[in-house]
Amino acid sequence: MGANMQLLIEQILNGLAMGSIYAIITLGLALVYGVMRILHVAHASVYTVGAYAGVFIFQTTGSLALAFLGSMLLCAILGVLIERLVYFPLLKHPPYVPLIASIAVMLTIEEVLRLLAGPQILTFTAKLPFPDVNLGGIHLSSTLIAIYVITIAILLFLWWLTTKTEIGLAMRATSQDMAIAGAQGINSHYIVSLTFVIGSAIAAIGGILVGIYYNQVYPTMGAVPAYKTLALIVVGGMGSVPGAVIAALLLGLAETLLIGYLNVPFPRDALAFVAMIGVLVWRSEGLMGSK
Amino acid sequence: MSGYVITILTQIVIQAIVVCGLNVIVGYAGQISLGHAAFFGIGAYSAALLTTQAGLSFWTALPLVLLICAVCGLLLGLPSLRLKEDFLAITTIGINFIVQAMFLYVPFFGGALGISGIPRISMFGEPLRGAHFLYLCLACLAVVASLCWLFTRMFAGLACFALREEESAASSMGISPVRFKLLAFMLGTMIAGLGGSLYAHYMRFVSADDFSFPLSIAFLAMLVVGGMGTLLGPIIGALILGALPEVFRPLADFRILFYALILLLMIRFQPGGILGESSLIRKRLLPQFLGGQK
Repeated sequence: MGANMQLLIEQILNGLAMGSIYAIITLGLALVYGVMRILHVAHASVYTVGAYAGVFIFQTTGSLALAFLGSMLLCAILGVLIERLVYFPLLKHPPYVPLIASIAVMLTIEEVLRLLAGPQILTFTAKLPFPDVNLGGIHLSSTLIAIYVITIAILLFLWWLTTKTEIGLAMRATSQDMAIAGAQGINSHYIVSLTFVIGSAIAAIGGILVGIYYNQVYPTMGAVPAYKTLALIVVGGMGSVPGAVIAALLLGLAETLLIGYLNVPFPRDALAFVAMIGVLVWRSEGLMGSK
Repeated sequence: MSGYVITILTQIVIQAIVVCGLNVIVGYAGQISLGHAAFFGIGAYSAALLTTQAGLSFWTALPLVLLICAVCGLLLGLPSLRLKEDFLAITTIGINFIVQAMFLYVPFFGGALGISGIPRISMFGEPLRGAHFLYLCLACLAVVASLCWLFTRMFAGLACFALREEESAASSMGISPVRFKLLAFMLGTMIAGLGGSLYAHYMRFVSADDFSFPLSIAFLAMLVVGGMGTLLGPIIGALILGALPEVFRPLADFRILFYALILLLMIRFQPGGILGESSLIRKRLLPQFLGGQK
């Protein structure tokens, strides 16, 4: 196998990891948009909080399992607080009002993190309990394997939750019509909060994985994902979880291959939006959305 | 006035002009735009290129700048015909990122170095600086505010209000959504272009980072805090949010936190803005001035 081929395969594997991380973050956003029709920009700051909580718990206890659990719990609480204190009271207003509130929440959380933990980049040196794999000269680090395995596990869990359980049925009913779902005896506010719990806990996992993957955690690490994931839920079809995951994987691959491998002189962070506008022109309901 | 106060006021007045333009799009026509900094930037870059490369003066370049911004507003207003609310919001975010990336990556726009050496505006043969530049900005703001007032009194303005309230009802009455939405976009981006042109000649240097997405948020926040769709709301919003970071300067490291918290509390408890419908000021203070109304 030529060195060029090997580089290409490694870039594809990296792109898939990138896409998996985008998918983990976008999942929560798509879930929240599904039940509440709110663009939850502050989701990216929940993910930053997850990364910080992970670093601090890992540094004090030395246990990666505790770091994941503690960080997921903290983010779940934070997500529900944002929903109860900020979004729910603003539901009756036009959609830009919760959107701006969400941006204000994101700014606030970023600043609190900067003041508490300092503006410097923290390192997150941890070895995830997965094996390193060597396949015919192609090296897969344990972090890459962990990202693939955890993403697949999360996707399977969500698929099982939304299609096989009563809670999932209630979530789907709430996302179709909150008022009618309420009339059928579903406590829709509870379901909305539960969605925030699930989405935020998944964001915490994403935060820790990104922290370990890049070995850095800093207050504004959520800034670029915050807006990129918005483009992703449009490309995937608003509120469609499978669509968002596919869009995220494609973006991760496209970014890595076009810019990292082919060296196309194009701003990496604008690619998601160019793709989004292309999709909107071609198919305005998104990849998997319904009109 | 000290130089410090003049500097802060000049920036606030330029921002107030841009927010007035945003108000036409968002407040009057009801089309959410989260990419207004892009049009501000297009105005600033056009002014910068026309004065440094083509050798025009501020005054001869201004009509061209406005024309360029109107055409860009027309083109980028097209998505608003097909997309509603959330889709439009995200698309305008995308426009902001793409326009900023173009400024940064296309060598014609100066790349990462930006464009420097923009001349001062001269008036009556004298270059304007300090307080005199502030007076020019204030005059422009007055012109823009009167234009906006006139717009609300014209058929076009009323048509925009009707489209904002209920698009299908308005179009069944024969009001063309295409024509009036695009008109609002053009007017709004032209005003942003005027602000951008003033900004370019004030800073005398532009670079892509000056027109990033957070600035669009700041513009929209000013509009929301002041009161969307009101005449004075944009100016009051720009004044409050423009002055807050300066007022909080003694808080040093905590000032951005307080800024964010105040924005959050404002939008959470007064989502209509300070002057908007159902705001405290409308309910408590204005009835006393207006007499018997509730």
